[in-house]
Amino acid sequence: MNDKVTLMKGNEALAMAMIRYGAVCTSTSSPGFSLMQEGVSYLAASEVPALLINVQRGGPGLGTIHASQADYFQACKGGGHGDYHMIVLAPSSVQEMADMVALGFDLAFKYRCVSMILADGTIGQLMEKVVLPEQRPRRTDDEIRQQCPWAVNGRKGMRPSNVVTSLELDDDKMEENNWRFQACYREIEKNETRCELIDTEDCDYLITAFGTTARVAMKTMELARAEGIKVGMFRPITLWPFPEKQLREAAKNVKGILCVELNAGQMVEDVKLAVECKMPVEHYGRFGGNVPTPDELLNVLKEKLINK
Amino acid sequence: MELNDIIKPENKVYAEPKLLNRVHMHYCPGCSHGVVHKLVAQVIEEMGVAEKTVGVSPVGCAVFAYNYIDVDWEEAPHGRATALATAVKRLWPENLVFTYQGDGDFSAIGTCESIHACNRGENIVIIFINNAIYGMTGGQMAPTTLLGQKTATCPYGRRPDLNGYPLAITPLLAQLDGTCYVTRQSVHTPANVRKAKAALKKAFENSINCKGTSVVEIVSACNTGWKLTPEKANKWMEENMFAKYPLGDLKDLKDGIQR
Ligand SMILES: Cc1ncc(C[n+]2csc(CCOP(=O)(O)OP(=O)(O)O)c2C)c(N)n1
Ligand code: SF4
Ligand SMILES: [Mg+2]
Repeated sequence: MNDKVTLMKGNEALAMAMIRYGAVCTSTSSPGFSLMQEGVSYLAASEVPALLINVQRGGPGLGTIHASQADYFQACKGGGHGDYHMIVLAPSSVQEMADMVALGFDLAFKYRCVSMILADGTIGQLMEKVVLPEQRPRRTDDEIRQQCPWAVNGRKGMRPSNVVTSLELDDDKMEENNWRFQACYREIEKNETRCELIDTEDCDYLITAFGTTARVAMKTMELARAEGIKVGMFRPITLWPFPEKQLREAAKNVKGILCVELNAGQMVEDVKLAVECKMPVEHYGRFGGNVPTPDELLNVLKEKLINK
Repeated sequence: MELNDIIKPENKVYAEPKLLNRVHMHYCPGCSHGVVHKLVAQVIEEMGVAEKTVGVSPVGCAVFAYNYIDVDWEEAPHGRATALATAVKRLWPENLVFTYQGDGDFSAIGTCESIHACNRGENIVIIFINNAIYGMTGGQMAPTTLLGQKTATCPYGRRPDLNGYPLAITPLLAQLDGTCYVTRQSVHTPANVRKAKAALKKAFENSINCKGTSVVEIVSACNTGWKLTPEKANKWMEENMFAKYPLGDLKDLKDGIQR
């Protein structure tokens, strides 16, 4: 068995066909990820673990090569066909992005599902200190046979044959398959939501943001607190499963929530659902590769929630 | 003799093509794209067909071709130019319809539609800029990258055991019944520029006269991606590229394809 294989494929759809064989990581930016949606759906249906990385650029179409968070819906609500979910990890620093590689693989193998890192053009080009996690050796041939008994690598010892397929024409069996996928997603929702809460204990207003916008909003929090406005931050680290309970808890006593994204309003839908619209939830978005400044966000906070 | 005695229409040997917009091009100095743009503009102007020309631009360094050549354009998703051109030409059969594509666009991500458009004998022109690299994205290996050639994704040189062999797609296309004219040109010397211009003209006429698919490959220099000076890039191209991608006509059916 080859230890490490890095291949450059002719296009993203082909790369995904290779990933289907547990190849098992590929990275791209938004237009390429659109091409991969067929493969994502097949991976989910075949229960093959994989890690995908989308460093988002601004769309729709070719759009711009600069940062965006407009692929939230595609990542969290399913861009391919059928009922499936991916575990979506949203890094807001280089260190977090490096750590998420191991985390993403572990989760994918634990649940036999697809996990993805949803970064953006700014995080992707950021230069900051990073401590690389220790490299783990690849599974040996025997370990693969033990830990991945479903793997298609020859019937050693004439074990029953393995077939990786997404096709099932018996309706009852296909329904059963879907129930199995859904049970797995409920399990992931129960165990794997991750988020960061900053100064939420005493806050009057909450900013929700992920990735690059969360980094900007952290500075906004500081500026606000210097003016005596108590602002806290809720940063989902898993976008799916969305940390609903944690958000509901953190938002219990706030007067309003500002959701900041580099899109026209995508995560804000999950924020509203999580808090059941019990308080005002406002959205502020920038597009086209533009990223808001901390002052800009402070002004928006005042305009939309405080001085209303 | 006064200056005014010399500047007369009958003495004119060269003029800036009117269809080439007076804007700064983003191409690197020494890049072949700019020269080919000029030829395309010249030929369309000389044929007097600007009013019925539609170009399809690629994803690659030539993505902004529509900023430079003043005709109607469609911008295609990466690799899909020939599919788009097919639709345009089928709807407007009397038009001159051409695609302008790099080797990554045409022969990596777009291979499927490239081959099928040619096999269907679409009456379009494919201008195929083969610089053996993904220029735009920072010089990664393309299917056309030569063995031993260093790129960002094969920093020690392309190895056949790891990366397979350079893809000469044009001879494959010449074998298809749908292609009427398949040629390989370059624009690195004045003589070659003249030959390339004649090839483009023939191809454009084929499209207007619905003779089948014409493929004009231009073996090109990407001095930036190759990390060479413009002069050395032209030399490197002559010494290395032409062996794998020899210049000349591969197919020329005077009466067009059989229908
Ligand atoms: C679906 C998709 N995949 C990948 C890219 C990134 N990309 C942009 S240009 C390019 C390669 C261009 O190379 P080539 O066609 O040879 O053109 P050149 O710049 O060399 O003229 C790639 C891979 C993209 N824009 N869209
Ligand atoms: S990168 Fe290469 S192909 Fe692109 S403009 Fe520069 S020289 Fe031309
Ligand atoms: Mg190229």
